[in-house]
Amino acid sequence: MSAPAITSGGTGRTKGLLLSLRGGDAIAHLVALLFASSVLFVTLFLVWELWIHCAPSRAKFGLSFLFTRDWDPANGQFGALPFVYGTVLTSVVALIISVPLGVGAAIFLAELAPHRLSEWCTFLIELLAAVPSVIYGLIAVFTLIPLMRQYVEPFLKHTLGFIPFFSGPAFGDGYLTAGVILAIMTFPFIISISREALLEVPRDQREAALALGSTHWESTIQVVVPYARLGIFGSVFLGLARALGETMAVTMVIGNDTNIHTSLFARGYTIASVIANEFAEASDDLHLSSLIELGLVLFLITIVINALARLLIVVTAGRGTGSAT
Amino acid sequence: MNRLAYRKLVNKIMLTLTGVCTVLTVSVLFIVLGYLVFNGATSIDWAFLTQLPKPTGETGGGMANAIVGSAIMVGIAALIGLPVGFLGGIYLAEFSGKTYGFLVRYMADLLNGVPSIVIGIFAWTVIVVPMHTFSALAGGFALSLMLIPITMRSTEQFLLNVPRSLREGALALGAPKWKVIGTVAVPAAMRGILTGMILGVARVAGESAPLLFTALNNEFWPTGLRQPTAALPVMIYKHAMAPFDDYHRQAWAAGLVLLGMVLITNVTARFIASRGIAVQKG
Amino acid sequence: MKNPSKLALAAMAALSCAGVATAQSINAAGATFPEFIYKKWFSDYRNAHAGIEINYQAIGSGGGIKQLTQATVDFGASDRPLSDAEMADPALKIKPIYFPTVLGGIVPAYNLPGVSTQLKFTGEVLAGIFLGKINKWNDPKIAELNKGVKLPADDIAVVHRSDGSGTTFVFTEYLAKISPEWKAGPGVNQSPKWPTGMGQSQNEGVAGAIKQTPGSIGYVELTFILTNKGMQYGSVKNAAGGFITASVETVTAAAAGLTTFPASITNAPGKNAYPISTMTYLLIPSTIPDAKKREAIKGFLAWALKDGQKLAPPLGYAPLPKEVIAAEEKQLPQVK
Repeated sequence: MSAPAITSGGTGRTKGLLLSLRGGDAIAHLVALLFASSVLFVTLFLVWELWIHCAPSRAKFGLSFLFTRDWDPANGQFGALPFVYGTVLTSVVALIISVPLGVGAAIFLAELAPHRLSEWCTFLIELLAAVPSVIYGLIAVFTLIPLMRQYVEPFLKHTLGFIPFFSGPAFGDGYLTAGVILAIMTFPFIISISREALLEVPRDQREAALALGSTHWESTIQVVVPYARLGIFGSVFLGLARALGETMAVTMVIGNDTNIHTSLFARGYTIASVIANEFAEASDDLHLSSLIELGLVLFLITIVINALARLLIVVTAGRGTGSAT
Repeated sequence: MNRLAYRKLVNKIMLTLTGVCTVLTVSVLFIVLGYLVFNGATSIDWAFLTQLPKPTGETGGGMANAIVGSAIMVGIAALIGLPVGFLGGIYLAEFSGKTYGFLVRYMADLLNGVPSIVIGIFAWTVIVVPMHTFSALAGGFALSLMLIPITMRSTEQFLLNVPRSLREGALALGAPKWKVIGTVAVPAAMRGILTGMILGVARVAGESAPLLFTALNNEFWPTGLRQPTAALPVMIYKHAMAPFDDYHRQAWAAGLVLLGMVLITNVTARFIASRGIAVQKG
Repeated sequence: MKNPSKLALAAMAALSCAGVATAQSINAAGATFPEFIYKKWFSDYRNAHAGIEINYQAIGSGGGIKQLTQATVDFGASDRPLSDAEMADPALKIKPIYFPTVLGGIVPAYNLPGVSTQLKFTGEVLAGIFLGKINKWNDPKIAELNKGVKLPADDIAVVHRSDGSGTTFVFTEYLAKISPEWKAGPGVNQSPKWPTGMGQSQNEGVAGAIKQTPGSIGYVELTFILTNKGMQYGSVKNAAGGFITASVETVTAAAAGLTTFPASITNAPGKNAYPISTMTYLLIPSTIPDAKKREAIKGFLAWALKDGQKLAPPLGYAPLPKEVIAAEEKQLPQVK
């Protein structure tokens, strides 16, 4: 939506002084348009480059690439399933941990905390979002992995070991650990955006519920949260999109196993991790092409999730107070 | 227990739980930062900041070349990404029509959402392969792609925040549109725009994935933009995964340097931005 | 508020570009197996010959061969020769010449905190572990080789390479020589389909993973153990029947009688020979158009074959046999 376009009237038929002013405007418009269009150009070019560079594997495997389990560079067999599985599994584990905690914290910060405390806490949590991924990975390798190996995983195995998800050897790294570090990385998004969504809920909604005799919690959970649910879902999707594309922290703790395992303690692989590990020395064209095709698959997944997220957030903002995003 | 007492109990429990959630999430931040600061502070020394890496396995040495390499590649990214994002943001705020504006915004969000490793693949196909070498240029290019959408959107946001009255006043005085933008709107929004730029630069400075197979790595000082170049985040990754205790020590030190830079930039930027908004509202 | 860091950036870039004029930059990439000796060589050579900087990136033998094929590096390094498929690759414009540099040993490294005696392994047992057939430390097959040692009942965490590795190639070549099951299964490969275990890139990654994970076992180059206090490694039974621990002497014994290259020296017949030994090679293009680079690389090679060899034993690598060095010096003029 462009700023008020109150320019001198006419459609270019003016002459003399006005003409020279017009020229300046046209140039400015053109220059700005060019630079803005670069985004279009770059993004489309990116998709194009990915598409043509994965031609060998697309030709050889077709759509079955997405459903094959085999990843065997030595014998020219490539399949995306273990990586899609790992990517989705770790992200789901991350969300299972971070959504309850995050939404809970958002509720506290929006409803209960004194204003200054809420501002400060949000500020600190948003700083978490700025921490580079490799730093999370560094800390995960030296603190989280031993913690998981020595305390958390044996405890889970002891109590829930009858469930296939919690059985098998546990060495501290693997799907579960990757999910935990991803959860930590998605906290800021979920908390910050959910809190905003909750703050947008009009006072009269809460007050109406309280006037009818509900407790604070009841008004929150039965009125406020449902009112803000689209924004909260949006934040979840954004967190999911971030988790799916996360590379460094996950690569450092996932264990790099190209097979599919049921146990959460097992080592696995995600799309981003396999590209990071194998790209620099992919042995042949087919290997390289398969890695690039994996990149394309990941890209497509994140596009879809991101689009859903934006949609949800925009719809909520529109419904709220009518202020433009 | 009657119904009311039960409901009051649930109320108390659930509200306490949300407080617990907050404590848990905030404490994670402190644990992350605290552990890193502790390990990093005990690990960092003057050699780290000034010397080149020693041969594999030897103790000592530093990552001075990685610090410089990171600075160079972030500089390239800023040189490419900031002007493009800035002018693109001006377009979106001042000139764009409904449909084309929507398209550009959508594409910018798309580009923003591309996983950084995929950006690395793109930079590899477009720069490394034709040039037949890993280079700082390729690394800088990859980082610039991440910087453009961030800068564009934040520039647009802050320009839209400039009150109409400011623009209308200038136009009423007879200024052409481009003058209004250049001398009134942009300066008014400058604080916010700069904040956005600084935050964007800080973000790409911490990226490691796009550099893995574009800039690769280098043991020595950067000798040219067309040579493989070391970068701090990549060094952290490689040193953390290696078996040598001294490498781990250096990884912590590097983490401290990187995190310190990122956090200081972020806090400064937000401080500037908050002061800026107060000025505008007045 | 102009960004002050941008000014500093420009200054640094200008400074570093000024350095361009004086330094001859050569890029190389490849095996992690000889990483220690190469980095030492390139660092010492740079100190002795100011301005010749050879930047070596240890990304694995597979990566080295690939980068050489695509001409993104000036020369490569690998523990194994190029395969027929790699030689036939149309992208490979200039055929490489093999220059062996040092000999080294691949050891079975493990992490068992409670066990202080050095464990003995045979090729069959190692194959069984890496096939996933032997998956507990107190398995009878391990116990019978190590009588009297209290082995824990823990799971064995196998660690292998995730990248295309010459070290893997040599290790699997050894396993295939001993175990028909291995030969029929994963086979001899730089990146086989591992039946079990976690993958890490480069020798460093494997060593790091073993160090961090109690109960793990993997295969790494000897120097990674020697430079890391507290890492445990086992002895391996050789063709003559003795349990040999890898060292400069035993690796040298494996190369006894070696005159041609590339060649395999795994499971060598000697009494004192360490069975999992290998040569490692620099892959030098037969034609280097840039005269300055060519002279610099040839100068380095001549130095490596003489003075460089002395630096090998302290780092745990064995110097090349005299016949091999003589043959290499003869082929040096072939690099044009």
